[in-house]
Amino acid sequence: MRAMAKAGTKTLVPFDPSWKSVMECAILEVFEMMAATRLELNPSSTEEPRGEQTAMVGLAGSLCGMVTIRCSQTVAARFASLMLGGASGSNSSTVRDALGELCNMIAGNFKAKITSLADSCLLSVPTVITGDDYSMSAMDPSEGITIALIFDSEPMWVSLITHG
Amino acid sequence: MSRKLKVLIVDDSSVMRKIIERSLRQAGLDLTEVLEASNGAEALAEVQKGSLDIILSDINMPVMDGLEFLKNLAGVEAAKGVPVVMITTEGSEARVVEALSAGAKGYLRKPFTPEQVKERVAPLLGGV
Repeated sequence: MRAMAKAGTKTLVPFDPSWKSVMECAILEVFEMMAATRLELNPSSTEEPRGEQTAMVGLAGSLCGMVTIRCSQTVAARFASLMLGGASGSNSSTVRDALGELCNMIAGNFKAKITSLADSCLLSVPTVITGDDYSMSAMDPSEGITIALIFDSEPMWVSLITHG
Repeated sequence: MSRKLKVLIVDDSSVMRKIIERSLRQAGLDLTEVLEASNGAEALAEVQKGSLDIILSDINMPVMDGLEFLKNLAGVEAAKGVPVVMITTEGSEARVVEALSAGAKGYLRKPFTPEQVKERVAPLLGGV
């Protein structure tokens, strides 16, 4: 998905806490189908998201905000290898692009599962931040959900941050 | 003996192009040549070279998107009879309908499995 354009005049869809289960389903599907791996949900985690790789995809239209994936470089490299095979995980550019595509597919899969968003919410090009010394703030008012997961005994997080 | 295929994969993400190629191979398709393009305009240039068996194209791309590519493809002699499968992240039914109306023979929604790729692609190749 490319180009956050032509959102047009849309009725805003308010954040719904029940989207958490929808997002969990969207995440697990993407990793099972595209990386042939099953992530574990980690609902007891109280840790803040951390890790050197953060992929982000913006949402615009009836829902404004962002979907992010945050994980370590090691985890991101493993995902790239699973998706593309062989030594893909050793190429940092490929690793970043693969994480961006995963984020893009999670955002797309999530909105496809919510009827009120499917036709009226557009996704941006993925962006990937490398490094962990930053904090992210959404413009108020904002709401969101963060889903903690485990892959190969390593933590990772997927967040939906909405604005409006 | 399986049919040997020449495919064109159109997506602005090089990673996604590799994923699509890998899925086609995992689905058991015998690819002899894989051409790549990062937008519709580049894809049209590849199509002109002829002898493609199938085209798989993203919808949302810069320069020329997949729908515009499909519309332009209609006037290309070398594209006659070459099936096009659209690939999209969008949940938008409207865009899928538009693509099918513009001549696409099928579509795949990301995420997808190699089995789903085969289900969509194989029937368009007369069984491979």
